[in-house]
Amino acid sequence: MIPAPFAYERPTTVDEALQAIAAGGEDVKILAGGQSLIPVMRLRLAAPETVVDLTRVTELRGVREEGDVLVIGAMTTHHDVITDPLIAQHAPLIAEATETVADRQVRHRGTFGGALAHADPAGDLPAVALALDAEFVLAGPNGRRTVGASDFFVDYLTTALEEGELLVEIRVPKLTGSWGVRYEKFNRVAQAWSIVAVAAAVRRENGHIAEARIGLTNMGPTPLRARATEAALAGAAVTAEAIADAARSAAEGTSPSSDLNAQADYREHLAQVLTRRAVSAAAGL
Amino acid sequence: MTVTEDAAAVAPAKEVGQPRRRKEDARLITGRTTWTDNMVLPGMLHLAVVRSPVAHARITAVDVSAAQQAPNVVAVFTGRDLAEEQGSIPCAWPVTPDMVNPGHPSIAVDQVNHVGEAVAIVVGRSKAAATDAVELVDVDYDLLPPVLDLEEAVADGSGLVHDQLASNTSYHFVFDAGDAGTGADTEQAFADAEVVVSRRFVQQRLIPAFMEPRSVVVQPQGENYTMWSATQVPHVLRVMAAMVTGIPEHKLRVIAPDVGGGFGGKLQVNPEEILCLLLARRLGKPVKWTETRSESLMAAHHGRGQVQFIDIASDRQGNVKGLRVRLLADMGAYLRLITPGVPALGAFMFPGIYKFPAYRFECDGVFTNKVPTDAYRGAGRPEATFAVERIMDELAVELGMDPLELRRKNWIQADEFPFTTVAGLEYDSGDYEQATREALELLGYDELRAEQKRRRESGDPVQLGIGFSTFTEMCGLAPSRVLGSLSYGAGGWESASIRMLPTGKVEVVTGSTPHGQGHETAWSQLVADQLGVPFEDVEVLHGDTAISPRGMDTYGSRSLVVGGTAVVKAAEKVVAKARKVAAHLLEASEDDLEFADGKFAVRGTPGATVGIQEIALAVFAAHNYPEDIEPSIDAEATFDPVNFSFPHGTHLCAMEVDTDTGMVKIRKYACVDDVGTIVNPLIVEGQIHGGLAQGIAQALYEEAVYDADGNLTTGSFVDYLVPTAADLPHFDTATTVHAAPGNPIGAKGVGEAGCIASTPAVVNAALDAVRHLGVSDILMPLTPERVWRAIRTGGDGGARATAGTNAYGGAQTESTAGVATPASELGGDR
Repeated sequence: MIPAPFAYERPTTVDEALQAIAAGGEDVKILAGGQSLIPVMRLRLAAPETVVDLTRVTELRGVREEGDVLVIGAMTTHHDVITDPLIAQHAPLIAEATETVADRQVRHRGTFGGALAHADPAGDLPAVALALDAEFVLAGPNGRRTVGASDFFVDYLTTALEEGELLVEIRVPKLTGSWGVRYEKFNRVAQAWSIVAVAAAVRRENGHIAEARIGLTNMGPTPLRARATEAALAGAAVTAEAIADAARSAAEGTSPSSDLNAQADYREHLAQVLTRRAVSAAAGL
Repeated sequence: MTVTEDAAAVAPAKEVGQPRRRKEDARLITGRTTWTDNMVLPGMLHLAVVRSPVAHARITAVDVSAAQQAPNVVAVFTGRDLAEEQGSIPCAWPVTPDMVNPGHPSIAVDQVNHVGEAVAIVVGRSKAAATDAVELVDVDYDLLPPVLDLEEAVADGSGLVHDQLASNTSYHFVFDAGDAGTGADTEQAFADAEVVVSRRFVQQRLIPAFMEPRSVVVQPQGENYTMWSATQVPHVLRVMAAMVTGIPEHKLRVIAPDVGGGFGGKLQVNPEEILCLLLARRLGKPVKWTETRSESLMAAHHGRGQVQFIDIASDRQGNVKGLRVRLLADMGAYLRLITPGVPALGAFMFPGIYKFPAYRFECDGVFTNKVPTDAYRGAGRPEATFAVERIMDELAVELGMDPLELRRKNWIQADEFPFTTVAGLEYDSGDYEQATREALELLGYDELRAEQKRRRESGDPVQLGIGFSTFTEMCGLAPSRVLGSLSYGAGGWESASIRMLPTGKVEVVTGSTPHGQGHETAWSQLVADQLGVPFEDVEVLHGDTAISPRGMDTYGSRSLVVGGTAVVKAAEKVVAKARKVAAHLLEASEDDLEFADGKFAVRGTPGATVGIQEIALAVFAAHNYPEDIEPSIDAEATFDPVNFSFPHGTHLCAMEVDTDTGMVKIRKYACVDDVGTIVNPLIVEGQIHGGLAQGIAQALYEEAVYDADGNLTTGSFVDYLVPTAADLPHFDTATTVHAAPGNPIGAKGVGEAGCIASTPAVVNAALDAVRHLGVSDILMPLTPERVWRAIRTGGDGGARATAGTNAYGGAQTESTAGVATPASELGGDR
């Protein structure tokens, strides 16, 4: 399928990109890795007036440290995320989840920021960003602002990004202390989106679970935290029973969709099973 | 085979049996070839098809004015514009004398009957221009209620797909062994039986999902037309297209260049092929149409689609007494080339390898507002094999018998071949016990059974099951007289010719048109052995009605069995003709000549030899040849088989079921197939692997899902799940060899074996893992949700939600683009 005609801009700096977006007319789409945008354009589900291609904006690529925070450029590819030593050390949950994204070809083109800005609730990275309390740095015509993950994901395919704004980097607090992590993904064929997935980070202290952060993929129009389970796990013993008890509330407050892979009640059940498995693994059981 | 003769040590190795790498692969894999869509002709125009976004409606208006004004659009045609000349897509298989065929327009005129049906065609100077203008065509639809469910479609008071017909039933086909004289009275057998087990199985709709989308190019040259098409059947297509369009057959040349897969999905006379011919004739310019993947999923024919009511009768000891089959077969909205024949072909395979004394088969072909069904890998036989292999397991459970013991007790013994079945087929050769024994060893059956017991006793959340499928199939389609008796509109012969070139190289012309199978390699191996020429000296020509004028093409595991035999017979004629020339050149009597390894030698006269490649040059020069012959050793042959061939095998699947989530995972898969003599073991292994992938896909992954409005919600590969190597297990495969007696090669056919055999093995394995939890059936595909529901609440897992996933922005079908109707407002922002 051939996309509808569109204008094309390929800036080399963030400032140029912002100008191109401002000048691009009513309907501007930003092309990062193109792994979601190009297919929907080819299917003519999207027909933007202007496409602003960020692939030459080199300042948006790479990972760096700023004290207790890891800063990931929005245009860092999935492949670069998976192989980055800083991410492996300070945010291994991101690497583990990214390894499950689609296939090798997609991971070489698709980007961390692109996947987050697309905000597909079936995508793997939004729930991880939410679980890790990441912050999103948005550049716009009036400068930069920072939005927390819980405010960034607004609705289905909708984020806090305003017209004219660009996601430039994601700030992820380093996990310090004895954390274990796990991404439990459930899908039918290897390259498919998650039917449900659970991102868990668990900090152990004195033989107990001190803190658990649990992100849910595809359990509603946005990624969600399993707050009830997190609360139940705080201070809980590291036992299969305690974790199973806590996991029973994993679907509380969710609103999963029904589709040909799963009806809502089955997704709720999966959320519980996968939460139990993810937390158990993250807690070292 | 044991080599005992010393001579074998010096003679060149036989080509047949060698795992030759395929000579066509380098060009196919690197794309250094001409796929139809690569064709570029001077002045060529591009077609884009406007398709119905609704399943059932009257067309009240079609406004093409905006599209006509669009840049680089040459013309826009509606169904009304082509109504007088489009005829009907042909149906070559009227399975009963009173079969109802409402006719199949290539483009809808007054009414649309399935989503994706063509309603207008835009002709542009570029593909992009034509595609852009599709959205500008405005069609008004007056919606009719869609008929979608098979059982509801045949119920009293159902709405009609075609309101000019009396019902949604196209035909009622019956095979009764008692009436045919091939078995006892079925009703009596059931009345007398100690045990009767009845089940309802569902064969979901599948999409062939060939790798290369369909593509057509037509070039008009005065009164003559050349059509390139990504088709399995250029010969069939030429005849049919000539009849539909009125273009005389001798003015139409059809070429299937390299074709990227078909699986039956390109065994068709497609509406788009006819439309390309009509528009090339109308416009006097070359035209091209190539489908998108979404168009392919929506508008190319589907496969399967049956509800099966199966009854089996036996005594308490497990001796089967009778089999009764009632089918509802989904035709879709129209009858295409062999739509009605697919379930009828399966009619003869339901008894499988078992000695049923009584058998009755009934099938209703039913219209629905969905794209037509037609051939898909196995075509009727997978459906039959699934039913019999599933019901044998159900009977075993009912009797408290081991499912393998029940099979053993009833299958045909090796010393009973040839065996005439209750369906009247004469099975040619085989040994079911041997294949089963070897498969059990390959699987490590005893160990897995022990593990299954341990898991069951410990209440492990992951349970293990083992499933059997001891299958056979009818291949080598087909004896022409049998096809005639089934009212099929053509024969089942195949043609070949061999041209000996002056330099001794050999051109083999085959009527079997490959679309990825490796004919060029296998035919070269056959001819190398027959003529004693090097493998590399053979070129295989195919797929062009001007080069290979006679052929019945490739489907139904027929190519090697029928087409390969024609090649062998043509080669025998070449040798016979060359023998006369050799006798002349060697000044010997023909009777004193021996032909071996490409050379004629005079018996008892060492050194007096002449090679067949030298003879080719001699007849080319024609300076010195016998007076009573013409100077040519070229030959052609047509082979019409007397019987089908019957490959068989035992397929075993060990399946893990995660009872917490319902996820199933194949732990191990072992199969031993008997496909007769093997010409190329590498090709056979590849066919088995690919077939297994497709058969497993039916069991676990694939389904064409329509929603309540008749929208295909599996409209892209996001939702129509085709598994990849990453999703499939290692396959442990082996073969036994019982040569087919019906052809000189001894081959039985391998194209469909894996696909036919594997589906019931996989489902039986999953059920074996969870039967102790109260589960006796799960609908295909065995989605984790269905398995979970079946374990949790009993039943068969139930209907799936029909909505496509919201991943990808809810990309479902593109049919709705540009046409707004209430029914077309699916998810996603359009």
